[in-house]
Amino acid sequence: MTKTIRFRLNGKPTTLETDGSRTLLWVLRDDLGLSGTKFGCGEGICGACTVVVDGEAVRSCSVPVSSVDGREVITIEGLAGDGALHPLQQAFVDHGGFQCGYCTPGMIMNAYALLRANPKASRDAIVKGMEDNLCRCGAHQRILAAIEDVARGKGGAS
Amino acid sequence: MTRDRGIDRREFITAVGGGVVVLVSVGPSALLAQDRRRVYPEDLNAYLRIAGDGRVTVFTGKIEMGQGVMTSLAQMAAEELRVALGAVEMVMGDTERCPWDMGTFGSLTTRMFGPYLRAAAAEARAVMLRLASEKLGVPRAKLVVADGVVSVTGDPSRKVTYGELAQGRRILRTVGDTAVLRKASELTVMGTSPQRFDAHAKVTGAAQYAGDIKRPGMLAACVLRPPAHGAKLTKLDTAAAAKMPGVTVVNEGGLVAVLHADPEAAAKALASVDAKWETQAPAFDTETVFDHLVKASPAAAVLTARGDVAAARGAAAKVFASTFHKGYVAHAPIEPHTAVAEVQDGKVTVWASTQTPFPIRDRIAETLGLAGDKVRVITPYVGGGFGGKSAGLQVVEAARLARIAGKPVQVRWSRAEEFFFDTFDPAAVVQVASALDGAGKISFWDYVVYAAGDRGAELFYDVPNVSIRVSGRWRGNGTEVHPFAVGPWRAPGANMNVFAKESQIDIMAAGAGIDPLELRLRNTTDARMRAVLEAAAKAYGWKPGVAPHRTGRGRGLACGIDAGSYVALIADVAVDRATGVVRVERVVVAQEMGVVVNPTGAAMQMEGCITQGLGYTLTEELRFRGGEILDRNFDTYRVPRFSWVPRIETVLVRNDEVAPQGGGEPAIVPVGGVIANAVFDATGVRFYRLPMTAERVRAALSPEKRN
Repeated sequence: MTKTIRFRLNGKPTTLETDGSRTLLWVLRDDLGLSGTKFGCGEGICGACTVVVDGEAVRSCSVPVSSVDGREVITIEGLAGDGALHPLQQAFVDHGGFQCGYCTPGMIMNAYALLRANPKASRDAIVKGMEDNLCRCGAHQRILAAIEDVARGKGGAS
Repeated sequence: MTRDRGIDRREFITAVGGGVVVLVSVGPSALLAQDRRRVYPEDLNAYLRIAGDGRVTVFTGKIEMGQGVMTSLAQMAAEELRVALGAVEMVMGDTERCPWDMGTFGSLTTRMFGPYLRAAAAEARAVMLRLASEKLGVPRAKLVVADGVVSVTGDPSRKVTYGELAQGRRILRTVGDTAVLRKASELTVMGTSPQRFDAHAKVTGAAQYAGDIKRPGMLAACVLRPPAHGAKLTKLDTAAAAKMPGVTVVNEGGLVAVLHADPEAAAKALASVDAKWETQAPAFDTETVFDHLVKASPAAAVLTARGDVAAARGAAAKVFASTFHKGYVAHAPIEPHTAVAEVQDGKVTVWASTQTPFPIRDRIAETLGLAGDKVRVITPYVGGGFGGKSAGLQVVEAARLARIAGKPVQVRWSRAEEFFFDTFDPAAVVQVASALDGAGKISFWDYVVYAAGDRGAELFYDVPNVSIRVSGRWRGNGTEVHPFAVGPWRAPGANMNVFAKESQIDIMAAGAGIDPLELRLRNTTDARMRAVLEAAAKAYGWKPGVAPHRTGRGRGLACGIDAGSYVALIADVAVDRATGVVRVERVVVAQEMGVVVNPTGAAMQMEGCITQGLGYTLTEELRFRGGEILDRNFDTYRVPRFSWVPRIETVLVRNDEVAPQGGGEPAIVPVGGVIANAVFDATGVRFYRLPMTAERVRAALSPEKRN
């Protein structure tokens, strides 16, 4: 079932020859060396594996790699520009929006998609949009503050 | 502890190479007196190196799992050494490079390891000054040091850097009681909140966890698991798995696993394994376990006995008798237990998600029959621990499989394995009886705790007649009282004990018509406790009043002592009678933890405690039937989410008279009590069992129930 899958990954054209039914998460981590995307629950519940596909947050542990054929994929590694953090990343640093850091890439990618769809999201909209990303350390209050800052343009444009 | 568990001096010199080396052998005696139950090993346990370029490397057996000690320990070292924080680099949890350490738990890093590290750094500063004095030909009293540069007072052009002094020199010093730490009033690096050392790596995805370690030829392992604890394997057929391309089947010493380079292929191979199991009939479940715990727990040990409880009870006008319950709670870190093991030339190297690299090293050595120096455990960033990564079964599995397979092996638990092999916070029962005299003073306190242990059971209120007994504990492998393994869970046992204690205080306050804050202040003379109670009340804007108000909204108060720190919480809740949902709207937390090393880091821990505490208080209870675990993922086991999080206001109560105390756990211990007390105020209904699920609250508030 090996097939050719072509997509843009963090801005670069990428071609894979692999079994299209393989899970996107493991292809990213094992074949493409992008280990920032994390395994958490394996069933799309916790959000640690969130990546952005054509602008939307996707649980990479629950979709086959064939589903990104012809599409644009952004992972946490693709967010920072040349040496500069993305405003969301900078806001997470400034507010201390992380502790153990394991859910953080998924949090940031989910927030990225959320603000892309709704750049001036209200606090309520942010809470709702982040609801299904789990953090066990209890960094929630600071994560919300970080995303709110970016939505209010304090951390620069998203 | 014996010296052979650490590394000897020769190995240590080899490991660190050139530069100035400082050893700490025995810590300040005052430190040992602080907590006699937890004396640090009499072993070299902290050291640091100053390289030729002036950079300082701190080696510690502690690990970073989100609590921020990578940064706060560096602050301590920079403070005492007088170097820029940016010059410090941390090496953590590597058994070959770091001094022995018992593990990262109990909020001990700052209060127990910290003083050793500070003493080492202070001594290193003294050594630098001595060397500078010789080099510059100036008495030490005329030298000043800042940012790693020693200069002559009044003649700053005459100077020498730590790096120049350290170049090519090896000086072995033993630090004793004489190392002079900087006073609280002198601190410039401690007491500040610089950017965390781990920040950049964690927001860019560059931070490496055990599962991110890749070794050449590495195989992913899926281990065959029983359907229930106590189940026995009666039939096994791995033929189908063995036929799959690239699959290695292992069946050795009770360990059955399938290995493949691709974790998904390994999982498929495991699914093809035909295994039959014989399970035991369930003896009890989530609801019936409490009677079992009381019956099966061992004879109670007396923790405190003073006065005459029986006489005081007989004299009491009204006795308040209560029984409290709490279910099993999972750690549920988002990073599952993971380990990568590799065997080369008879030596095992393991990259592990663990809170206890040294004990795990010893366990691997014992399991594999190797000398301790043939095993190295390296701890990358740990994705949450909360006590749950103290056991390390996955590390042993990875080491065994790597040796059998002859290739590097990764073991990464699935979420279902995580919920099955967790060392849960135990279900527990507390029975307490107490009374107030006519002046609102607690006249007696008769307390027994089953299955949770003694942490937090001690009473800090001034009560003349007290009996506190402790039956059972929070540690066990599932063959004793508990149906499966239980172990340390963030402030082990204290969450249950403080829930029961602080609920009971409010029960008496309501019964006697006394304001809950007033009752607490009337019964404690402990200045540190009074300070946090008053600070919380002030920040909250507490106005005296007697619970319950029964308006659907309520406020609660609870306090506790844990890890050397004092903490008081006040919470506002709203209770939806129709759904039973308890919404926590605001929490004020005042904490006094001695000298604060990193105020923002401390606040983050306090917020994390409050937020995580909402889980065990409102939803988290592991459901099981005998040895079968019914919760297998986050869909049914509900941990706190963004919409639950209240406005959390943290207040750090200053006390520079006390050395830095623990911060990772104290604020979680009163969460159950503070919310139960607030729910009582809102509804007039007292909840004696955690968690207060919506279902239970709804049932308790239903009209039928009230009639």
